[in-house]
Amino acid sequence: MTSQLQVDGLDAGYDDLQVLNRVSFSLKPGEIGCMLGPSGCGKTTVLRSIAGFETAWHGRILIDEVEVSTPGFSLPPERRNIGMVFQDFALFPHLKVEENVRFGLHRLERREQQGRVQEMLAIVGMLAYAQAYPHQLSGGQQQRVALARALAPRPSILLLDEPFSNMDVDLREQLAREVRNILKQENNTAVLVTHDQNEAFAMADQICVMNEGSIMQQGSGYDLYHRPANRFVADFIGQGVIIPATVESPTAVKTELGLIRSEDVIDAVPGSLVDVLIRPDDIVHDDDSPESAIVVEKAFRGADFLYFLRMDNGLEVLCFAPSHHDHKINERIGIRLNVDHLVTFSRN
Amino acid sequence: MAALLSLPIFTIASYLLYPSNEVWLHLRTTVLNEYLLNSALMMLGVGVGTLIIGVGCAWLTSVCVFPGKKFFSWALLMPLAFPGYIIAYTYTGMFDFAGPVQSWLRELMGWGPRDYYFPEIRSLGGAVTMFTLVLYPYVYLLSRAAFLEQSVCVLEVSRTLGCSVWSGFYRVALPLARPAIVAGVSLALMETLADYGTVSYFGLGVFTTGIFRTWFGLGDAAAAAKLAAILLLFVFTLVIIERWSRRRAQYHHTSNRYSSLPQYRLRGARAWFAVAACVLPLFLGFILPAGQLAVWALQTYQTMVDASFLWLTLHSILLAASAAALAVVLALFLAYGKRVFASKAVTASIRVVATGYAIPGTVVAVGVIIPLAWFDNQVDGYLREHFDFSSGLLLSGSLFALMFAYMVRFLAISVQSVESGLGKIRQSMDDAARSLSYTPAQILLRVHLPLMRATVLTAFLIVFVDVMKELPATLILRPFNFNTLAVRAFELAGDERLADSSTAALMIVAVGLVPVLLLSRSISTARAGS
Repeated sequence: MTSQLQVDGLDAGYDDLQVLNRVSFSLKPGEIGCMLGPSGCGKTTVLRSIAGFETAWHGRILIDEVEVSTPGFSLPPERRNIGMVFQDFALFPHLKVEENVRFGLHRLERREQQGRVQEMLAIVGMLAYAQAYPHQLSGGQQQRVALARALAPRPSILLLDEPFSNMDVDLREQLAREVRNILKQENNTAVLVTHDQNEAFAMADQICVMNEGSIMQQGSGYDLYHRPANRFVADFIGQGVIIPATVESPTAVKTELGLIRSEDVIDAVPGSLVDVLIRPDDIVHDDDSPESAIVVEKAFRGADFLYFLRMDNGLEVLCFAPSHHDHKINERIGIRLNVDHLVTFSRN
Repeated sequence: MAALLSLPIFTIASYLLYPSNEVWLHLRTTVLNEYLLNSALMMLGVGVGTLIIGVGCAWLTSVCVFPGKKFFSWALLMPLAFPGYIIAYTYTGMFDFAGPVQSWLRELMGWGPRDYYFPEIRSLGGAVTMFTLVLYPYVYLLSRAAFLEQSVCVLEVSRTLGCSVWSGFYRVALPLARPAIVAGVSLALMETLADYGTVSYFGLGVFTTGIFRTWFGLGDAAAAAKLAAILLLFVFTLVIIERWSRRRAQYHHTSNRYSSLPQYRLRGARAWFAVAACVLPLFLGFILPAGQLAVWALQTYQTMVDASFLWLTLHSILLAASAAALAVVLALFLAYGKRVFASKAVTASIRVVATGYAIPGTVVAVGVIIPLAWFDNQVDGYLREHFDFSSGLLLSGSLFALMFAYMVRFLAISVQSVESGLGKIRQSMDDAARSLSYTPAQILLRVHLPLMRATVLTAFLIVFVDVMKELPATLILRPFNFNTLAVRAFELAGDERLADSSTAALMIVAVGLVPVLLLSRSISTARAGS
């Protein structure tokens, strides 16, 4: 299988400080990848290494199967055929929208330039603003222009550096979906950097969760949420609690909430102690259940309630309940365990 | 380069530790106390004067509504176009015994020459008045900006807590603007200390005139440098106060959300009082002296404007333009150096260069000529010894020395301007252009050049104007027989040919209006907050 972007064992850093540690991943043509992680985890350094703004210490980067970075060699950014959208959009304030989009097309003939500019402005829905200057546009509009400008020269790969962090929170997911549709329309390969998992879920096909310079897990949003590979990913993606358990059989563990069965074989010998991840959706509110817990805290979220519950044995768990199940604090409610994916971690 | 530019400052500073010689002891017993006292009195007077006019007008034009407010908000800057020495002899021409005002009074009242009291312009009080009239715009400019930056919420909170509009001003707005006001007054005082033309024309004994007298009268460079060093101490105190209060000003930002300030509509007598309060400084600081200069110029331009005058003008323009061009090139060099190699050394050298603007021209001149003369003597001695050939004075007394002094004094302005312009081109714009397959050289051409053009032009203009107006350093360092408009105007005025000097003076003022208009344009376009 050909890959559009391939990163192999990348080490990078500033002066003496190593920021990246053996980062490897690859994207197929048309795939949208995402580097997701807390601030300072090195995700932006990965992006800037791909772009060529940072020089890697070790490892290789291939764009379109061409080596652009190997130890001792780094192709300058302007020759890598990449497009990039910046956190602050970095539109040129002295150029009109149309001229900004045309900026990267200087190698084309005048007529081709004009056609491509019109095409890109149409795709991002900014044709009406072709003659406007960047400062006359709203944040969302500036972002679309930045996207059009980056995509106009048909880059081999598009890099997006926290492109939604300057936006209103309620706009972010909608914009992420919009951008995804635009990218898919032209079958672009792209890498997004963000610290916001909802953005990552809304936009990416492949998500690399990063921490302290290493990739902790690569997979779809579904995999990361339901099959986290380690405690960091379990904690970083979504909510949940970790409770102790004993392995009963190769496919079941015993917890204080009861027996949990798994479809896969558990990676631990029967009788050993493990930790189990319980997501809020693993606990179902059921008034008829014999098991019950006391409401300690609750958060109304519109479509549902997130309840913080304390069980009789002192264990605290989270539970999503439908929006109309409004219970009071200190009220006792019935709960039932419903674990589709059993996630266990060995005790250390 | 920064080391080279700070050489004069360090040279002078080192004279603080220099052993006292006879001339110095003589100076100390005779005139030093007079210099100290006069300088202190002048600073006190100018400080109070600029404070009252500057803050008062700033408050009126920022929060009150009265007829002509918009016009006054920029017109009040116009006195900044007058160099102190020009307004000084203009006023002298108008108000001294033989001048039109006193003559008219005598005629009207039938007084004899000794029948009445009239304040003497050529006095300490006169100098304070002159400085106040042309320097208050510094205080006005900075405190107005501070008033406009204040959040409307703070003022409204003070009113909900029971302050009236006016007590709100004293108890909230004024304390909040204090760092800006202190910075403005410090700038005005720095200019006061730096002045040579006015005090020399008025015959006052202060540091700058003392340095001249010691240098040219007593011929003692060491003692002159020692005087300069003491003056430098004064200046550095002011620089430290100014920087400290500017830093504190950041903490006095009350909010990031601004709406336009409340506008207190003044009516009736109050409105007329506000108009009068704004007209008076504008009239006395600009309209009256400019009018007088224009009248004189009309009377004398036929005899004054001849081939030599045109040469003089051309000289001045060429000198100012080349100094400005050099300052801009050096500033670009420094600013890009800082951007590309963000090292501590570059940043530190930019800070050193930035102090140059505060150093009085007289001090710079002495500080330039001492090391250059030493260098000339060394070269001359070496050549004589080995080649039996005398090089004479190579650098001191040349245009090089003059340029060097201008750079020490004015590079700070161009650096500040260029840096702020470059700061607006964010690193991500460079990165964006590179990701769109532009090489760094192309980026310089296609992105930086168009974005920096206005900034570079502004920096050029401001240095150009400052060099045109510059007097003391030019007076000391100019090559033999080399004149500028400023020097010419000063010399003619010194020879009591006030009317004859007016054409040159008027040209300097006209040129000086350029940065004022630039400033006023940015004032009228700048809105308070976002």
